[in-house]
Amino acid sequence: MTLPVLSLLIFVPLIGAAIGLLIPADQKASIKGWVFAVTLMPLVLVGIMWPSFTGGSAGMQFTENIPWVPSLGISYNLGVDGLSFPLIALTAFVFPLATAAAFGFDKRVKEFFILILVLETAVMGVFLALDYILFYVFWEAVLIPMYFLIAIWGGSRREFAAIKFLIYTMVGSLLMLVGIVALYLATGSQTFSITELANLASSKVSSTWSVWIFLALFLGFAIKVPVWPFHTWLPDAHVEAPTPISVILAAILLKMGTYAIVRISHPTFPEIAQYFAYALGVLGVINIIYGALAAMAQKDVKKLVAYSSVSHMGYVLLGVAAATPESVSGAVFQMVSHGVISAMLFLLVGIFYDRTHTRDMTKLRGMAVAAPTAGVIMTFAAMGNLGLPGLSGFIGEFFTLLGTLNVFTTLVYVTLIGLVLTAAFNLLMLYRVLMGKPREEFAVMPDASPRELFTLVPLMAATLLLGLWPRLIIDMTNPVVTNFVSRLTGGA
Amino acid sequence: MPHNAWAIPGLALLAYALIVFFGRRFGERAAFIPIIALGGSFVLAVINLLAVIGGATAEVRFDWLHLGERTITMGYRVGPVEAVVLFMVTLVSLMVLLFSKGYMHGDAKFNRFFANVTLFITGMLLLVIADNFLLFLVAWEVMGLCSYLLIGHWFEDLDNAKAAMKAFLTTRLGDVGLMLGVWMLFLATGSFRFDEITKEISKGQMDVAFLTLAALALFSGAVGKSAQVPLHIWLPDAMAGPTPVSALIHAATMVAAGVFLVARSFPIFQAAPDAMLTVAVIGAITALMAALIATVQTDIKKSLAYSTVSQLGFMMLALGVGGFAAGIFHLLTHAFFKALLFLGSGSVIHAAHTQEMHKMGGLFRKLPVTGATFIIGTLALAGIPPLAGFFSKDEILLEAFHFERAPILFWMAVFAAFLTAYYMTRSVILTFFGKPRDHHVYDHAHESPPIMALPLLILAVPAVFAGLAGAPFAGSWLQHFIDPHVHLPEPSGFVQNVAIGVSVAGIVVAFLIYQVGILNRQAAIRVLKPVYVLFKQKFYFDHVAMGIVAVTVAISRFVATVDKWVVDGLVNGLGWFVFQMGQGARRFAAGSAQAYAMVMALAIAVGLFVYQAMGG
Repeated sequence: MTLPVLSLLIFVPLIGAAIGLLIPADQKASIKGWVFAVTLMPLVLVGIMWPSFTGGSAGMQFTENIPWVPSLGISYNLGVDGLSFPLIALTAFVFPLATAAAFGFDKRVKEFFILILVLETAVMGVFLALDYILFYVFWEAVLIPMYFLIAIWGGSRREFAAIKFLIYTMVGSLLMLVGIVALYLATGSQTFSITELANLASSKVSSTWSVWIFLALFLGFAIKVPVWPFHTWLPDAHVEAPTPISVILAAILLKMGTYAIVRISHPTFPEIAQYFAYALGVLGVINIIYGALAAMAQKDVKKLVAYSSVSHMGYVLLGVAAATPESVSGAVFQMVSHGVISAMLFLLVGIFYDRTHTRDMTKLRGMAVAAPTAGVIMTFAAMGNLGLPGLSGFIGEFFTLLGTLNVFTTLVYVTLIGLVLTAAFNLLMLYRVLMGKPREEFAVMPDASPRELFTLVPLMAATLLLGLWPRLIIDMTNPVVTNFVSRLTGGA
Repeated sequence: MPHNAWAIPGLALLAYALIVFFGRRFGERAAFIPIIALGGSFVLAVINLLAVIGGATAEVRFDWLHLGERTITMGYRVGPVEAVVLFMVTLVSLMVLLFSKGYMHGDAKFNRFFANVTLFITGMLLLVIADNFLLFLVAWEVMGLCSYLLIGHWFEDLDNAKAAMKAFLTTRLGDVGLMLGVWMLFLATGSFRFDEITKEISKGQMDVAFLTLAALALFSGAVGKSAQVPLHIWLPDAMAGPTPVSALIHAATMVAAGVFLVARSFPIFQAAPDAMLTVAVIGAITALMAALIATVQTDIKKSLAYSTVSQLGFMMLALGVGGFAAGIFHLLTHAFFKALLFLGSGSVIHAAHTQEMHKMGGLFRKLPVTGATFIIGTLALAGIPPLAGFFSKDEILLEAFHFERAPILFWMAVFAAFLTAYYMTRSVILTFFGKPRDHHVYDHAHESPPIMALPLLILAVPAVFAGLAGAPFAGSWLQHFIDPHVHLPEPSGFVQNVAIGVSVAGIVVAFLIYQVGILNRQAAIRVLKPVYVLFKQKFYFDHVAMGIVAVTVAISRFVATVDKWVVDGLVNGLGWFVFQMGQGARRFAAGSAQAYAMVMALAIAVGLFVYQAMGG
């Protein structure tokens, strides 16, 4: 019998959380240490899986399939392929860093750290589940810890932001659930398997139904991405969420939406997806341009970074819509790259906030004088964010647009403006936060501490490594992407 | 030997890593890390050049990425052009590093300066040997980043930070075009490699309109990087950086990268005659316009900056009219004498603590080495035979003279050549001769230390002799070396006489005005007021740019407002409405399990109902 490694990935954090409950709440250091140790375990597991993961194959690997509710065809079905592997690796990579970033916390430490572990279980489940019901359970399970993490440990408007986040994304999940149920009924089959239903959908579901189900699923995912105009929960949630949670939100949770599009709605309804391709491409471009413009006008640096996410997720949408090997590879790569880079930016914003208690860029200024090391790292992160060749952000954008050019030529021309705007808001951020002389009250402050460097340096290394050696991801995604593309364009 | 060419940027990269990680321990002695490394790179480049002259070439590559069905390779290529440019870049870099050791002495961010310069050098060396557009782009942007960081080296002053931002954004504008061109070529040929793209194009089956668009897209990148009109506006502002940076990045190397890009993609341009014409026209306009602006600059560095823009225009013009070898030739000679001039201006600024030429005067007696080498640089730039600039500029004029599609380009270049001699002589006289106009400046001026003077003396050598490598009486050796199939234009006594004539005339006119004082400057300015203002305002390009920025900012504010009050307003309004309707949201928010289960059940019920109702 082989080790159920995917189950371990999912449930190790949860078991760790259960054990963590036994630690008395006043032993804060032990709780922090324990939880950090637990978050390292999925990373170790991913490291163990890596060599035996076959990059050249499009199929599911490490699969586990146990009937759960056989009468309805629900099963506990897990698997990983070239699409999900980079995302679970990202998850396993970011969680320990986010946890370490929370070591300074002092308020209700036990609950906070336990919830982080619960969140990791849910996220892993989303990326590994191959059964709709299982997927849905994990998808919803993400909301619960997230809600509390924002509502209890957030900023001054935390309750508003948390409720808005909860309701907004729950509306999305309900749409998705409606879609799932309709799909199940429409195919008339006794299974909730994502892959099997995808194969059945084209023959069993009428085209009208296909459109509605596709839209329900897509809308559910789109809110999570977030796709314009459903994005406004994101800046609120980001601004109010504590730094480690912002990191997880931007780095990982947003990817759930795009992951689901690539995993579920598009492969299940390839014709419909192709029918709406141009519209989705337009939405992607709106995300890119609108997000960049909105980012440029922000005074709150955290909001700026949040809108930057809106902009960057647009590339993913655009690349998936264009459905060429280059564009989809770029899009999937962009998911990981954005995860790493946005995590860095949110950590940095947190570092400056920690010192100055403000995120207002009219008050920050000269931070590179006050905290030179943090300044250098922020410059690095901003360069990654604006897509400087040599760093990971470039690879995602470059190949997305390259692949899209012959499909949606006009859209790419418009996106070129977005590339300039992206550079503009990133440089503006550096200008306002780092340059000049600091205000007197901020002139003396501690530079990035060793613990903060511990959270940032791995992300910097990843940004550089992925930028120079994108094979690390693309070798895995290539077969899956090829499959995806032929499914979409071959079937049309 | 060329197979080890990777070590030339490799040593620079190693030096960068050493400074970043260990530089702090050495204090200012850290500067010796890149100096030693670049010394090594220079020796390698010389050995390399000799090997290539001996007939060797190298191509090294490996598989970098498998994407879809395609394999993308990474690698480098060293042939004649690369070998000569590597020689130039390593030599100038080494001189600039030496000079900087003295110039930056005592600077609070001394190590950071050297780290950034070293990374820049790595980028430039990599760019030269890249055999494909992807690696080229990486090197291109690494240089852009370092340029940004170095222009903003003293970012405590927000004006410097603004100049840095302006440089990055303006070049970025061109770069997106460059990327577009690269995508187009990749989609058409299936490769990023220069040689494979060339091979596909040489089959002659590609649409000329397509190639024209692709070439122009690439050219927009060159326009940004090489500060051609209308994207030239960043370069003069870039003088906010420390002067050695201006010498290395904004005179000798990075700004020449745009010219290098056009040269690299020359087969694409040759296949698209209209794109070639555009390059020539933009080059000629830039050469002339920047020269005109240079005549009214009072800042010694700004005047040199516009001179650089103008000379880059000459190079573009050369390429545009088909003079591949002439363009590269001028790129090389210009690098030597312009780096010399910039370092010389740095030495002057170091001594005088001002950049205003009107506050200088008579400094030759105080700065004999600087003064003498500056004059050598000036004569080389002005095109006085047999100094370096004469031969390369003569070659460009000759190419333009034989370009039949637009004869006016030749005359524009001739006029620009006259202006070049004029404004450089003006700078020399204002700085070094006449009576000291500011006694405080004059009294405190002193010659720079040997570590700064030495690079000036060394660079003066190629500024004098580099042109001989391409001189007609030497059989135009350089041109034949870098392009074995070169078709040199018919030599023309007329062109040569014109070239020498305007150079001498420019010097004489400047001498008469600024030294002899044949004409009252103030009176002349009054008479020529509208023209003077036009030049002083730099043809209003900056105003247009500021307008574009203002409009963009206004749009971004509008979007943010709409986002807040309309897009999000609707959401919040709806939420508020629902909340008022039944306070149901409150229970929701509390995360109550029953409410949650109920809603889920409701959703399933709705799904079932809709399905039934529609008779699915």
